[in-house]
Amino acid sequence: MVLYLKEFKIKWGMVIDLDRCTGCGACMVACQAENNIAPPVDASNKRYSMTWLLVYQLSNKQPYPNHDVAYMPRPCLQCGKPNCVPVCPVIATDKNQEGGIVSQVNARCIGCRYCMAACPYHARYFNWQDPVWPEGMEKTLTPDVSTRPRGVVEKCLFCHHRYMYARDKARIEGRDPNALNEGDYIPACVEMCPTGAMVFGDLQNPEHKVHKLSKSPYAFRLLERLNTKPQVYYYSKREWVRKQGDNYLEHETVGGV
Amino acid sequence: MMEEKKGGTSAGGVVLPFLLGFVAALAFGWWGVPQLLFSKKTQPLVFTHQNHIELYGMSCDDCHSFRRDGSFSGLPDNAKCAECHSFPMGDHPDEIKFVEEYYEKGIEVPWLVYQYQPDNVFFSHAAHREYDCATAGCHPDVGSSNELPVYYENRLTKYSRDTMKMKDCERCHATVAAQEPERFAGAPNACQTCHK
Ligand code: SF4
Ligand code: SF4
Repeated sequence: MVLYLKEFKIKWGMVIDLDRCTGCGACMVACQAENNIAPPVDASNKRYSMTWLLVYQLSNKQPYPNHDVAYMPRPCLQCGKPNCVPVCPVIATDKNQEGGIVSQVNARCIGCRYCMAACPYHARYFNWQDPVWPEGMEKTLTPDVSTRPRGVVEKCLFCHHRYMYARDKARIEGRDPNALNEGDYIPACVEMCPTGAMVFGDLQNPEHKVHKLSKSPYAFRLLERLNTKPQVYYYSKREWVRKQGDNYLEHETVGGV
Repeated sequence: MMEEKKGGTSAGGVVLPFLLGFVAALAFGWWGVPQLLFSKKTQPLVFTHQNHIELYGMSCDDCHSFRRDGSFSGLPDNAKCAECHSFPMGDHPDEIKFVEEYYEKGIEVPWLVYQYQPDNVFFSHAAHREYDCATAGCHPDVGSSNELPVYYENRLTKYSRDTMKMKDCERCHATVAAQEPERFAGAPNACQTCHK
């Protein structure tokens, strides 16, 4: 159970530059392919859709010519104080491994969906149906990611299996698996981002780009005032984007900048 | 007097069937169920680890090696065996069978693996390679044996009987790692360490 901020020596995190993101959705597709998310049976049914990483559209709601939009990819934010964890009655989800990734063990989940109710970012998804892959497509499944049956909750794990393989590689090469270099471990969405808007690394390691970026005055976290302390930072030089990121009201000013 | 005696015999008459039933139930549970649950399979070929190690001075990772990315190549394939056995070296029928039935026809030997992990488990050999597979209690000690053990397959799940149980993993991850957190950093008992 985690009710307090958990500290780790390594904290994997992302900084997503919303001024670079074009909303192309390559990250969503990469995530879907990497993590064995079955294509939807009925894609028009939004309630049943599965997208561990979702790209939202933000708008400044001004009339032309001042109209402006931004696109915001949202994986699981791997909160420092995850709301989803203390509510789980069977400890299917926890934040207890070095790296600070909020785990989800699908085989253990009983599908009560408390975690979905608790997550303020809608980062969790429930399997309403058993996954069905079109014939032949099962050959493209990633062997290192379990497929989830009907009745369990799933979410983004920062492609945890890639973390495990990066550690293995380091071990075999005689390096310390707890001191990975930048680029040793990269989730699929970050690897696939064509504009380089997503940067991934260890937030605690000054040698990693994310460390510096996350400390920028232009960096913010989603709904910062909820105090969930996500390990995903967003970055934008546009003030209205930062304001929307924390649901600021018209008359409020953004702290810090 | 008569009443006492009567009471005595009836008590014995009640206990005995219970005892018999109890023993029968135990026998069924301990002996019968495993017979029903597991089917026995034998390996496609006879293989002796002992000869390879003792007579020819080979070591485990001559055949069971790691790839450069840290993944474990597991059982040797035909090409590996054929480095020595591309033609029969002796006159053992299984050696001739290997060459004629498998190697020359290009069919990989369908070895039975006692220890495949269940589908929801992520297991890395690279992380565990400093431990002795047999003494750490992960694998049956085939390294020093002359024959391969019988393979028991669970008729319902199709898993091998010797598939590692979670309690075997936890024996180290929960207890040892908790005692020496520094040495076993990265080997906590966190679910996602092993589950995928
Ligand atoms: S749905 Fe699963 S993970 Fe979520 S709270 Fe219930 S048991 Fe835990
Ligand atoms: S974003 Fe939601 S699912 Fe992810 S750690 Fe935070 S509360 Fe949990």
